Amino acid sequence: MKWFDYAAPGSLSEALGLLERNPGALLLAGGTDLLVQMRARRKQADLLIDVKKAPELNELSLDAGGLTLGASVPCYRVYGNRDVARAFPALAEVAGLIGGTQIQGRASIGGNLCNAAPSADAVPLLIALSARCRIAGPGGEREMAVEDFCVAPGRNALGAGEILVSLRIPAGGAGFGAHYLRFIPRNEMDIAVVGSGVSVRLEGGVVSAARVALAAVAPTPLFAREAGDSLVGKAPDAAAIEEAARLASAAARPISDMRGPAEYRRHLCGVLTRRALTAAVAAAQGGK
Amino acid sequence: MSTQYTVVGTRPVRHDGADKVTGRAIYGGDFTAAGLLHGFILRSPHAHAAIKRIDVSKATAYPGVKAVVTADDMPPAPGDKIVDLGEGETPLSYVRGNVLASGKVLYKGHAVAAVAAVNPHVAEEAARLIEIDYEVLPCTLTAPDAMRDGAPILHADLRMKELGQKTDRVSNISDHFRHVMGDAEKGFAEAEVVVEGEFNTSTVHQGYIEPHNATALWNNDGRIHVWCSTQGSFVVRDATACVLDQPVSQVKVTPLEIGGGFGGKIPVYLEPVAALLSKKTGRPVRILMSRQDVFEGTGPTPGSHLKVKIGARRDGKIVAAQAWLAYEAGAYPGAMVGPGAMCVFAAYDIANVVIDGYDVVVNKPSTAAYRAPGATNAAFATETLMDELAAKLGMDPIELRLANAAKEGTRRADGPKFRKIGCVEVLQAMKNHPHYSAPLGGPNRGRGVAIGFWFNVGLPSSCTISVNADGTVNLVEGSTDIGGTRTSVAMQAAEVLGLRAEEVLPTVVDTDSVGFTGVTGGSRTTFATGWAAHDAAQDVVRQMKERAAKLWEAAPESVTCERGVYQSNGHSATFRELAARIGETSGPVVGRAAVNPRGVGGSFAGAIADVEVDPETGKTTVVRFTSVQDAGRAIHPSYVEGQMQGGSVQGIGWALNEEYFMNGSGAMVNSSLLDYRMPTALDLPMIDTQIVEVPNPAHPFGVRGVGEANIVPPPAALANAIHAAAGVRMRRLPMNPPAVMEAIWRKSTSPDS
Repeated sequence: MKWFDYAAPGSLSEALGLLERNPGALLLAGGTDLLVQMRARRKQADLLIDVKKAPELNELSLDAGGLTLGASVPCYRVYGNRDVARAFPALAEVAGLIGGTQIQGRASIGGNLCNAAPSADAVPLLIALSARCRIAGPGGEREMAVEDFCVAPGRNALGAGEILVSLRIPAGGAGFGAHYLRFIPRNEMDIAVVGSGVSVRLEGGVVSAARVALAAVAPTPLFAREAGDSLVGKAPDAAAIEEAARLASAAARPISDMRGPAEYRRHLCGVLTRRALTAAVAAAQGGK
Repeated sequence: MSTQYTVVGTRPVRHDGADKVTGRAIYGGDFTAAGLLHGFILRSPHAHAAIKRIDVSKATAYPGVKAVVTADDMPPAPGDKIVDLGEGETPLSYVRGNVLASGKVLYKGHAVAAVAAVNPHVAEEAARLIEIDYEVLPCTLTAPDAMRDGAPILHADLRMKELGQKTDRVSNISDHFRHVMGDAEKGFAEAEVVVEGEFNTSTVHQGYIEPHNATALWNNDGRIHVWCSTQGSFVVRDATACVLDQPVSQVKVTPLEIGGGFGGKIPVYLEPVAALLSKKTGRPVRILMSRQDVFEGTGPTPGSHLKVKIGARRDGKIVAAQAWLAYEAGAYPGAMVGPGAMCVFAAYDIANVVIDGYDVVVNKPSTAAYRAPGATNAAFATETLMDELAAKLGMDPIELRLANAAKEGTRRADGPKFRKIGCVEVLQAMKNHPHYSAPLGGPNRGRGVAIGFWFNVGLPSSCTISVNADGTVNLVEGSTDIGGTRTSVAMQAAEVLGLRAEEVLPTVVDTDSVGFTGVTGGSRTTFATGWAAHDAAQDVVRQMKERAAKLWEAAPESVTCERGVYQSNGHSATFRELAARIGETSGPVVGRAAVNPRGVGGSFAGAIADVEVDPETGKTTVVRFTSVQDAGRAIHPSYVEGQMQGGSVQGIGWALNEEYFMNGSGAMVNSSLLDYRMPTALDLPMIDTQIVEVPNPAHPFGVRGVGEANIVPPPAALANAIHAAAGVRMRRLPMNPPAVMEAIWRKSTSPDS
C-alpha cells in the first residue's frame, strides 16, 4: 500500500469542498471494501476523505413517510435500532448479513451500494424497497432511484465531486412484505453466488405491487421488473410465485466464475426468488 | 484400562494455556529486534516462464530500501547434490530453486526477488519496481495433461524413473512405481462382483491461520540466527544451512509459537531469503507472508487422479484390488503418491493387489505434506467403492469392512506386515456407536461411513530433565508444539517420576540448546519425544535412587521407587523431599535421553456422517458427525479428541468446498480466505469423538500417533452420505453445491426438474 493522506471533515459541505479540491481523493465510510482493495492494489488514492464524521451521512431517522438512512450509518445501528428493525425487518436482516459482527460495526449500507459490486447483498433489497438516493455535489443536490445507481462492476453513478448523502426508503405499512435471500456455499462469511430481494404489497388478497431484484447475475445488481409486475393483479399463490420466479431466472445474465457456473446461477435465481417471494407474502399477510 | 496410571489418561490444563488465551504467547510474526528491517518477496505473475533479465536498479534506488536479492545472491547449486531435509531425498537445486527462482519460474507465486527496507510498505513498493523480462511458456496444470506426450516440460533435466530404474526419458513424470501382491488378474477372474471408478481431488491447502514468517540475522561473526514458526527447528536449521552452503553449526534456529502447520510448515521458504537480506544489510530482517503468498507460494496438498477397482465374492470377501494413482507434485517432484499407494488398500486384507503410482510435476506450487499426506485422496476412491460394493452385495457397509479388515499379520501390497493394529476395534466401535443406529431425523438426509489408515513415524528426539530443589522438574525438548505436545510429553515424564503434570515444566528450546530432534510431523511427537521424556525421566529416577542411597547410606540397588516415593530399608522419602536434599549429595540431577525409536504403531480412524442435501440448490449440510480413532493409549484424551475434531473438520472442508480454483493461464483466482471456503464454526455440527485404545505394544505407554488418520475418512464418508441423501455418486472433490446440483440434474431426465 502506498502512503496516503487522511481527512475527516465534520460536515457535508466541508467534505464536498475537500473532494472538489482533490479530484483524486476517495471517500471512506466503513472502509471494509476500500481498504481491502487498496491493500490488494486494486485502488489507489493520495487522499482518503472519511465521511463518518459528517452528521448528514450519519442520520438514521424514521418518520411517517419512511426511513432516512445516512450513507455511512454502520450496519449494527440498523439492526440495533428497535423501531427501524420493526418497521423494516428485511432491511435489518440484511444489515446483519453483510460480513461478520466486526465488519458490521463499520460497514454501511450506503457503502455497500457505492462499492457497486454485482453481488452486494443490500442492493437487491434496496431496489425491492424502492429506495431513492440523495446525492450532493458541486452543483447542488439530486435524487436517483437506487436501481439506477450502479452502472458497472465497481462503478456507480456519482459524478465528479459528488457524495451519496443518504437513502430514503418509503414506509411499507400494512399489507407490505419484503425479503432478501442469498445463496452461499458456507453459512456465513461468504459472497452471494446469487441473491434475490423482493417485495410485495397485498390489497384485498391480491398483489397490487411487487418488485424483484437480483444479485450476482449481471454486471450490476439487476432490477427484474417483469418478474415483479407479473404478480400484479393476481392472488399470491404458488403458481403466480412460480411464474415470477421463472421470469426472474430468465432476466438473469450470469457468468461462470469461481463462485458458480452460469447455468447453476440462473437456476438459483428461480429457487431463491420463489423462496423469497413466499416469505415476503407471508410477511405481508402477517400485517407487517 | 488406564487405572494403572495416575497421570496418563487424565486431562490437566496445558502448560502454555495461560500465554495462549491471554494473547501473551510470542508467535513468529510477533518477533521483533533492534534495527529490524522488513522484507518483501516479489513473485512470478506467470505459471511458467523463462526469466530473460532482472533489473533491480530502480528498486535499489528507492528511498528506504536497504538491499535487494535474487537467486544470483545464493551460492551456486552444485549440479547433482542430493540432500535429505526430513521428508526424503531431494536434489539441492530443487530446494534452492523453490526458495528463489533461477532461470525459470514454474508457478504463479514462485519467488523471484526480495527487498529489505525500513518498513513493509516501502519494501513492497520498491519490489514492484524490479523489472523482469519473462518469456511466457505454455503451462500444464493437471496430472493427466502433464503426463501426455508433447506436454510442456517443467524440468529439462528431469529423467523419469520407471519401476525403480532411471530412464533417459525427459518427462513430467518423475517416478512411476508399482506394488504387486498375488495375482490381480486371477483375483478379478474369481470375483463375482466388481466395482470401479475414476476419481479426482482438487489441490487443497492446509489452511493454517498463521501465515509463514521468518526473521534472520546474519551476524558479523558469521553465525546466522533465525526466528520463525516451524514444525521442525532442526529442519529449518539444516535446510537454511544447505541452501546458503554453510555448516549446520553456523545456523541457530529459535522456534517461536506456531499458529498451525498440518505438514505445511516443514519446508523453508523465507528463512534463507531473510538471511541473505540480513547479510547484505548487517541488520535483522523479517519477512511475513500475506494470505495470497501462503496460497500461491507455499505447498498445498496434491490434486490427484485415481482409478480404482475392487472385486469380491458374493459372501463379501474381497479377492482382488487394483489402483492407479497420479498425484500432482506441483513444481518439483515429491507428490506424496508413495504414501497414497501404501494406504489405498491398507485397511483391508486382500490377496491379489496391483497398485501403480505416478509422481507428476505441474505448474502449480510445490506441494508439501498435509495431515496423512496422500491417504485422504486414496481413501476417497477406495471407501466410496466399498460403499458401492456393500450396496451391490446387500451388506451393511461396516459388516463388509469388518469381513475384510486388516489385522495383526495382514500384509500390505507394498510389503510390510501389520503389527498389532486397531482396525477391527475401530469398526466395532463405529457399529456400536449410538450414532450409527440413530434415526436420520428428516427428509433429504443420508448417512455414510468410511475408514482410513495412516502411519506413525519414529525419527530422533532428544530431551533433558533437570530436578529443581522444590521438587519440580524442567523438561527441555526440541519438538515444536503444534497440538498440545508440551503437555502430552510432560505427562509421560510425570508418570515415570510420580509427579503431577503441573510439576513438570516443559520448554521448547532453540537448536543450540537440545539434541537433534526431528520434525513435529508423521504423528510422531507424543510417540517419540514422549518416549525420550519417558527415558530421560527414568534416567532421573536412577540418579535419584543413587542420591537416596547416599543419604541413607544404603546400596543403590536396594532403593525402590513407586509412584515417586523412594524407599530402602525403612527409609522413605518423596521425590520432593529428596529433591530438596540433592545439594547435600553430588549436586544437580539432570536426566537425559536421545532416542530414534522403532516400533511405531499406525492408526486407524473412522467417520460416521449424516448430511442433508438441499435438492434445489445442491448444498450439503453436515447434520451430525462422529469421529472414531485408535489412539493406542490416549495420554491426554482432550487433545486426542481435539486432533480428531480438527482432522474431521479439515476433511469436511476438503470434501465440500475447498479447492485451488485455477484459471486457464495457471493463476489461482480464489487465493483469499473469503473465496477459498474453509468451513467456519457455523458450517459444522459439534464433532463427536470416540477414542478406541488398542495399545501399541512397542511403546512404553502404548502410544500411537493420532494427529493425522482422522482426516482420511471424512471425504468418503460424506460422499457416501450424499449418495444416501440424494442418490448421486460424487467422483470429484470438492462436492460443492454446483457439483452436487449437476449430479442431481444428470440423474433426472430433464434439467431443472
